This record gives sequence, C-alpha cells and structure tokens, in this order.
Amino acid sequence: MDVQILSPEAPSKSNSHKNQNAMDVDGGDVQLVMPGETITSDLQFMRGHGTYLDSESTVISSVAGVVERVNKLISVRALKARYTGEIGDIVVGRITEVAPKRWKVNVNGRQDAILMLSAISLPGGIQRRKNEEDELQMRKFFAEGDMVAAEVQAFFVDGAIGLHTRGHQFSKLRNGSLVVVPSALVQRCKSHFHLLPCGVHLVLGLNGYIWVSKPVIGNPESTDEADIERTYSNKNDIIDDAERESIARVCNCLRALARKFMHINDTIIIYTYEASLKYPVKDLLKKDVVDSITSEASHKLTME
Amino acid sequence: MSRLELLTPEGLRVDGRRPNELRKIIAKTSVLAQADGSAYIEQGNTKVLAAVYGPQEVRHRMQILHDRAIINVEFNVAPFSTSERKKRSKNDKYDNGIKLQTSQFPRSQIDIYLQVLQHDGGTLQACINAATMALIDAGIPMIDYVCASTAGCIDKQPVLDLNYLEESSDSPELTVAILPRTGKVNLMSMESRLHVDMLESVASLATEGCEQIHTILDAVVRDTTQHLKDSLMQ
Repeated sequence: MDVQILSPEAPSKSNSHKNQNAMDVDGGDVQLVMPGETITSDLQFMRGHGTYLDSESTVISSVAGVVERVNKLISVRALKARYTGEIGDIVVGRITEVAPKRWKVNVNGRQDAILMLSAISLPGGIQRRKNEEDELQMRKFFAEGDMVAAEVQAFFVDGAIGLHTRGHQFSKLRNGSLVVVPSALVQRCKSHFHLLPCGVHLVLGLNGYIWVSKPVIGNPESTDEADIERTYSNKNDIIDDAERESIARVCNCLRALARKFMHINDTIIIYTYEASLKYPVKDLLKKDVVDSITSEASHKLTME
Repeated sequence: MSRLELLTPEGLRVDGRRPNELRKIIAKTSVLAQADGSAYIEQGNTKVLAAVYGPQEVRHRMQILHDRAIINVEFNVAPFSTSERKKRSKNDKYDNGIKLQTSQFPRSQIDIYLQVLQHDGGTLQACINAATMALIDAGIPMIDYVCASTAGCIDKQPVLDLNYLEESSDSPELTVAILPRTGKVNLMSMESRLHVDMLESVASLATEGCEQIHTILDAVVRDTTQHLKDSLMQ
C-alpha cells in the first residue's frame, strides 16, 4: 500500500514573507523584528545596538524588539532588557560591596555600577578632598545593603557605570520601600523626584528601581547639626499607620502598572492611586482589580 | 520484551503521527516574574521550563572574563518527570550550543536554569528551544534563534521528533540544532549507532523539523513582543 505523506505544515523560508517592509524603515508605524531577521540590506545604513552585520553587509537584528532609526543609524531596542545607563540618568541602587575608595552598586545593569568616594557629598555640603580618614570610615557613609539615589556621571572603559551623589536630592534612602519594575517602563522626564498629593515621596529610578517613602522633613541643605546627621542616617523615622498604608498603596499601584506593562510617570501613578482608593490595599494585586484600576487610569490620561 | 510495533504498515507511528510530523508544541515566554527572561515549552508530553538571569555581576571573582561574559547552564530533571519515579544522577550535563554575542558583556555572567518537568523523549531539543526563547525574552543579543529538533530511524524509515517510547526501543536518535537564517548547524549529537547511508536523510529530516519549530517559536515571540509593545504604546 502506497501512502502519500504530506508535511502538515510547510516550513517557511525565513527571508521571504517577513521582509516585505524591510526597506520601509521610514514608515510611520513601529517595526517589530526578531533575532536573525534582516532589517535592511541597504548599504547606506549603519548598524547600532541590537543589530549585527553579516558578510554581505545586511543589517540583521540580534534581539526581539522595536526598530529605532536616527538618521542613518539603525538600532533595535529590546522591550525587556537590563538597564543600560545614559549620562544624566537618575537611578536607585543597592550597595553590594565596599571596595577601596569606591562602592559597588547594583543598579539592575549588566555589571555593578561604581560610586567613587570622591563622587559623594560630605554631610553638610562641605567641599574638600576626601582623605585617608574618610577612606577608613566609608561604611559610615554607605554600607552593604544600603539603598541610594544617584546620577549617572560617566562610563568606565569596560562599560561599567560611574555614579555620583553630589547634590542635596541624592542621598541614602530610608523610610520607605522598594518596587522593582522593568526598566523600559520608566520614562525620562524633567524630574524623577516627586511628592505625590497623598503625601508619599517617590524616586523614579530609570533603571526600574522605584523608591516609595515618607517625605523628608527639614531642609536638606541646612547646615544644622541634626540635619547633617540625618543625611547618612540608618534609622527610620517614626511612620504612622496612615503613612504606611499610603506607601503600601502606591507600591501596589506601581506593581499593577508594571503587570500591565504600562509606562510609569507621576501622572499615571496619581491616577492609578485615585482609582485604587475604592479598594483595600491588600486587594490591589488581584487580577480584576489590576485591570480596573489601570484601565481607569489610562482612560483618564487619554481624556486630557 | 515483546517487540512493539513502532510503525504500522500504513506508515503511522505509535501516537498516530506520520513519520515527518512534529508533536504538538505549546510555548510561552515571560512565565516567571523574578527572572530576566523565562520560557515554558511543551513538545508533546515533554515539558521544560527555562529561566535566564543576567547579564549580571559575576558571583565569584575568580571566574571573571575580561573580554566576554561567562555562561552558566544548570540542567535539572524533576524526579517526578518520568513514568518510574527515580532519583537521577546529579551531573547530567549537556552543552547546548547556544550562539550568543557574549563579547558585548565583558565581566558579567549569564545564568540559564533548565528544569525538565515531564520527560517524554527529546529533552535536549526541548531544552535548547526553551533556552532560546528565554534568552530572547531576557533581551540578550543573539545571532539568531537556535532551533533544535530530533530525528531517528525506525525500520529504515526516517522519523521526526521521537517520543519516549520510540526513543527507548533502541532506535537511533539524532539531535540537530540550527540557525534558521543561515541554516548553519550548531549541534549534532547522537548517542547510538546509525548506518551511514541513513545519516543524510535523518539529518535533513531533523533540519526540516528545526525550520518548522522556528516558525512556531517565532510566532510566539512575535506575539508576546507585539503584546508588550501595544500595552506600552497605548
């Protein structure tokens, strides 16, 4: 008996159907590419991040993401990837190691960022060179496990991020809780330090680490003895129940937004917070509640 | 043991498939919240979960490579995965020829954890496919997908994607992993004897299977990425 066997699904030749719009890089809508997919074979384009050139000088994607084009430079941005810094970014990180004259900081990057001893501000804003005495008491400033808000200052030759904490807004973080979201969700904006109307202070780290805390009392720039001591203090202030609840509520709102993979900025956080007020805090991460508060918030955002 | 009929006279196999037919594939990415990238794949009854952490700071300073990343693969078979519950020897290690552009991440480490939840033949191919998906999900640059598929030979007839029954009845099994764009072969592994005349037809069948798997995986990844992009753009 002769049985004719047909393949259930014809294997598609990889380059045929996908590249219909390959040359259409100028097109209005965003182009989505997968690893190994040809973006363009036009010689005039240069390859950027997330792409590579094969021997025939065609630009091929190496990650799954959206194509971005700046003049002749083509790059592909993965939607879910580790944080790659840019100079001037505000980040939140955790000290992992105290090394000679520097701290290693985990900022959700490909390797730990480096905070030099010379790049921190001394309590009270005193301007002077750091001496050996400061080097011996580095743990008085930051010890392992401390959270810190910092700015990206430079890159080292091996690609590691160099941070600095000069300036009154950068400091050791306390009185609050950390929320980790995908770094692509946090957008660059004018300010990354927000005081929400509900009395919660936010540091939106561009690396996806968000610090939600009780607002700092007192003027950080004052040279008052107590304020100076507070800069590198390890003790939490007294946080009452109402403050705790609003911190927890903001944290859960952030988690809800991250679950729906929505952009995070201060406006959407306020809207989500307002939408969440009719639910108790502990219910906020239930699936239907997440759906309802995030859709209400995004609806409000589009109404503007 | 009585000789099992693995191929009926009509040309159908024990589970009703044709010789050149794959098992049903169900794949998902981003299944774990903690990992940077994760994937779950079912190929028939073989179920594999993959998690990727990194690139991140190297845990042991001794291992730092200054020009590229180190890749650490851990492979684990659940004790409940096979029909007889048994404890496996610890060091069942496979090298899965994943093609990464590791030179982009000097001094970092990428951890890949593979967990076989249910074992029904073709774990290596399922692991490679799952790891590929998880790495793409983690946004780690790769030359291309790495798609793997197995093929064997029953009664001189090349068959695609062997299940546990076919695998364990002394039929040779060849695992092939390719880069679908260029068709380059990354890995070819066989642990039994196969007549050299058959090798070419078995290998080409496996390659064809790889291409089919690529289509399926690509559709899944494209779907997930599109979904993420849509929720981000709205």
